Amino acid sequence: MIPAPSREAPATGRPAGARAGGSLLHERAAAFAASLLIVLLTAPTGGQADDSAVARGKAAYARCLACHAVDYDRVGPRHCGIRGRKAGGVKEYPYSDAMADSGLTWTRETLDRFLAAPLKTVPGTLMTYDGVKNPKTRADLVAYLLSLPPC
Amino acid sequence: MTFKPQHSLPADDTLALPRRSFLHGAGALTLSAAAVAVLAGVDRAAAGSNATASDVTILNTALGAELEAIAAYQVGAESGLLKKPVLDLAVQFQGHHKEHADLLADTVRKLGGTAAEAKTAYAFPTDQLKSQADVLRFAAGLEKGAVSAYLGAVPLFQNRDLAKAAASILGDEAMHWAVLRNALGENPVPGAFVS
Repeated sequence: MIPAPSREAPATGRPAGARAGGSLLHERAAAFAASLLIVLLTAPTGGQADDSAVARGKAAYARCLACHAVDYDRVGPRHCGIRGRKAGGVKEYPYSDAMADSGLTWTRETLDRFLAAPLKTVPGTLMTYDGVKNPKTRADLVAYLLSLPPC
Repeated sequence: MTFKPQHSLPADDTLALPRRSFLHGAGALTLSAAAVAVLAGVDRAAAGSNATASDVTILNTALGAELEAIAAYQVGAESGLLKKPVLDLAVQFQGHHKEHADLLADTVRKLGGTAAEAKTAYAFPTDQLKSQADVLRFAAGLEKGAVSAYLGAVPLFQNRDLAKAAASILGDEAMHWAVLRNALGENPVPGAFVS
């Protein structure tokens, strides 16, 4: 866990009202750093991924094309709009009971976990695939999936 | 070694395939020794069986993808965009997918399951298929996906004969992918491994 930065200037031994100009700058820099950290820590989990990760993920998506497409259902369901969608949430797609009842909502974390080992994450899923074992490839693939627009 | 891609399929006898009706199936097939071996393996799997319900699910998922591939090649053939010898090649590949589907369906039934059936309709991006290259690229994408799908299925089988049969199909899909890439003027074998 990343410790929250202190907004207090480093202890100098001087009274607060007697800080030198350099200390004031230091305090402002610390405040800026704290603000930046707050922004980073409060960013949504499915936040903007960098473009290169999305591009690599799009290339990695080639492995999904026997069963999936972005815009329409195939052996597997479509992937457009997957970000924030409940598992089993594509209307008219015949999900397994296991997937429909999984209680998952697709986020960066759940997609990563599912793609690492689909049958362990959702036993009984029809996605009979061993998983994307390389964490970096998986992260790229997830970045691409989360970047897809709504259907 | 310098790789020089072949930018079009040679229009010679090496690719001359038997004329078959795309619409009416391949008819009676003569089984190769390899096919007989695969069939023997799945028969052994069905007879002896440590195959599980999970194995049947894997086979049925693969069957669903094979049935869709058959339909996709049908769309390609009927598009009027494929010219000989590419059309003949597509017919041959569709025939392979039919053989895969038949084997998978038979195996599911022998294991006591209900084989997946073809959908009455499939959605394909036909509006994006404007040329022979578009059709080849679409087919190559499906074949690459099939390679990955079988690769991801092989380690999941409880029964090793079924894993072997799936690996045999994987090899065939990989050859399809390579030939289609070659027809597109791309490096047919872009890497030492597939994923």
